[in-house]
Amino acid sequence: MAQAQIPIDSQINGAHQHPEAWSWYHYFWYNTDHKVIGIQYLVFSFIFYLIAGVMALFLRAELYTPDSDLLDPNVYNTLLTNHGTMMIFFWIVPAAIGGFGNYLVPLMIGAKDMAFPNLNAISFWLNPVAALLMGVSLYFGGAQSGWTAYPPLSLITNNLGQSFWILSIVFVGTSSILGAINFLVTIFKMRTPSMKWDEMPLFCWAMIATSALALFSTPVLAIGLTLLLFDINFGTGFFRPEMGGDIVVYQHLFWFYSHPAVYLMILPIFGIMSEVISTHARKPIFGYKAIAYSSLAICVVGLFVWVHHMFTSGTPAWMRMFFTISTLIVAVPTGVKIFSWVATLWGGKIRLTSPLLFAVGLLAMFVFGGLSGVTLGTAPFDIHVHDTYYVVGHFHYVLFGGSVFGLYAAIYHWFPKMTGRMYNEPLGRVHFLLTFIGANMTFLPMHQLGMQGMPRRIAMYDPQFAGLNQLCTIGSMILGVSIIPFLINMIWSWGWGEQAPRNPWRSLTLEWQTTSPPAIENFDEEPILWAGPYDYGVDTQMEDDEETVEELLATVKSEVK
Amino acid sequence: MAKEKETVPGSLIALTIGLVVAVISFWYGQNNNLLPEQISEQAPLVDDLFTVMATIATALFLIVEGAIVYSLIRFRHRGEDETDSEPVKGNFPLEIFWTAIPAFIVIGLGIYSVEVYNQMGGFDTSGGPQMAHHQHHSVEIASLIDRDVSAPLIGQAGIEEAIEQAPKTRPDYGIGASPQDVNNPAEVVINVTGLQYAWLFNYPGDNITSGELHVPAGKDVQLNIEAKDVIHSFWLPQFRIKQDALPGQMSQLRFTATHTGTYPIVCAELCGAYHGAMRSQIIIHEPNEYEAWLTENRVATGTDQPTVAVNPQDLSDSDYLEPYAKEMGINADVLAQIQP
Repeated sequence: MAQAQIPIDSQINGAHQHPEAWSWYHYFWYNTDHKVIGIQYLVFSFIFYLIAGVMALFLRAELYTPDSDLLDPNVYNTLLTNHGTMMIFFWIVPAAIGGFGNYLVPLMIGAKDMAFPNLNAISFWLNPVAALLMGVSLYFGGAQSGWTAYPPLSLITNNLGQSFWILSIVFVGTSSILGAINFLVTIFKMRTPSMKWDEMPLFCWAMIATSALALFSTPVLAIGLTLLLFDINFGTGFFRPEMGGDIVVYQHLFWFYSHPAVYLMILPIFGIMSEVISTHARKPIFGYKAIAYSSLAICVVGLFVWVHHMFTSGTPAWMRMFFTISTLIVAVPTGVKIFSWVATLWGGKIRLTSPLLFAVGLLAMFVFGGLSGVTLGTAPFDIHVHDTYYVVGHFHYVLFGGSVFGLYAAIYHWFPKMTGRMYNEPLGRVHFLLTFIGANMTFLPMHQLGMQGMPRRIAMYDPQFAGLNQLCTIGSMILGVSIIPFLINMIWSWGWGEQAPRNPWRSLTLEWQTTSPPAIENFDEEPILWAGPYDYGVDTQMEDDEETVEELLATVKSEVK
Repeated sequence: MAKEKETVPGSLIALTIGLVVAVISFWYGQNNNLLPEQISEQAPLVDDLFTVMATIATALFLIVEGAIVYSLIRFRHRGEDETDSEPVKGNFPLEIFWTAIPAFIVIGLGIYSVEVYNQMGGFDTSGGPQMAHHQHHSVEIASLIDRDVSAPLIGQAGIEEAIEQAPKTRPDYGIGASPQDVNNPAEVVINVTGLQYAWLFNYPGDNITSGELHVPAGKDVQLNIEAKDVIHSFWLPQFRIKQDALPGQMSQLRFTATHTGTYPIVCAELCGAYHGAMRSQIIIHEPNEYEAWLTENRVATGTDQPTVAVNPQDLSDSDYLEPYAKEMGINADVLAQIQP
């Protein structure tokens, strides 16, 4: 076993108190270190977050008035398609799974790297290729048929832009499949020998569920999109009704992936939540097993709910009813997680740090998004609000209020570990406040708009909806402004912030037991599990113990030296 | 000791909170005013379901958000206390409780939804008396309008004949007759065609094609919906019903309008650049006015040529639509192409 060699290696190399670090240019080229790859993913995807965010601001600006007066309607459709596509495939999925998954999983389980470091680097570098293809698509006018790309619209609208869009998504999908295999093997085979399953951080449990979902569902999307590509370019008729094709089959293939994709975007975030809340509330996670197993339950049930995106499409009554029930069932394991986190907060000693604020903001918004999700799960009500702003409001509550808040929490929480420097706390709080106000102002009125009769994906709308739309647009501008304190904070702190100690949060998971930033192969010695990942306050002599740990490490270091 | 006597018992606080939450939730469920006017028989069914869900959701929302806010205030870190908190790792009965309660709620909602869907007529799409006529017709349907319109009809054709002229095929998808009407054919049958970017309504018994939907109040109306080019979605917000119009596949909506009036028809599925402008109206007449409208439009041409009841500029009276009328490509020529 490679792990048995870790101590020997470190002795041979003459272990260094300050680890040899990567230089800045190492981050711009092929590198097999999971930490470099994780940061590559995060920075790469964040750029696309900014691009897709600017697109959203243009969409909202267009919707400030009922008329289509700011953008050409075709450009509007290009922006709405690529806003969705980029936020999903180039921001949340790569940042949550590629970024934090890669950075944290090997550290948390005490491994030197991922199981297949080269495969890992390849899966990252597929993303810039995909981005290039997306750029080509945009150069030709971009895909304009929504991120769902339903035929026949996708077959007759801007074929060149649509084709490159498909190729781009297929590359991202391939990256996702390769990454999923890597995570599963790493977590199953490379845990430090003393770590039992129920001592594994909950983020790793979430990554198991995420990877299994990606592995099962992504190939189905690839099939659907490839058939669409053939229909556009090579004269086939899989989805051409006039050639005997069936457009509803495409929708099944698409949603068989794209509903689980929702869980790909939230399960890793759920993992982050467990880490952040427990650490900053100084309290053990409430119901470890319930949280761990509910991830798996969401993974399994989540594979059987996709038709709820098709309740008004060509779906027979029995299907609408079956998927109503299965969709409602997903609410149960999700509720278990929410209640467990609230119970973790209850009775804690909560530090109102930026990561905790974002985690609690997530909790607050996700509760709302989850409840509106239950209403959408019932076919009779969904028939009314399907494809309206109610849906737009709902999924921004779970994707922005959920995933993006979770990513912010994670960035603040692990910033000291990744960069070796502390971020600025007051700026982080300002960022939280602006984001929380902006998000609710933008997305809450959308529910009413949808129920009153405003469909989604429109550039021109009935003037009676103008008032609420203006409120949404103002909210979106606040969201746009909220990014400024974040950017200043990140750039300034990364360059000139206060040096971060090894474990500023006094967290118990393994990534905090090594230096900040960690040495190239993570741990100078094989890490020892001193406590369970969430055993805060378990030993009344906790403070003394921690000091003992520090002392022990120091002694070991000096001996090695 | 004196202090203990003065504290309010925890159970009393819980009871008070429970009552307040119940009252607020019930009030909000009844008075949220989020849904528009109810014009169909389905609308109250859907709205009642929403009221139940909104009441439960409000209660859960208040409890969870209340617990979060309370924790943030009551349990926030103060002063220099660097110790950790009481290590509570779980509470099995509590976890069972908050797994079981949501499970019961969603199972209840599931059963209720199936019942509402049944009352709306959702189960009438497969099975039923006309099932035998059903066939796969992806190519045949594409020419449905031409076939119906080409059937020569003399002026006096009425609703009764319209029923006889109804398509022999039975849609697979959508909302059909309510359980009470499952064996009765609809009183008015209208063929709906979605195309970029307009809805066309064809009254097969009367040789009328219109850009607006005219229906009689209190009559059982069936819409047979299809699309010419891409997927559209036929939505009547005040009726709470929606069904995608699919190229190559027939779907239906069946409803009874409860009031007269004019209400929007909205396309809800992205269908191209001017998707937002693909709007029309449903005009609900008293039955005698409806007959008059039919007669007027039949008489308008006086031949067996189908009447284009509305010229393109009148497709919608909304001001915003006007600038797009040309770009949308809906003009007399296009309408003429659709007619034989």
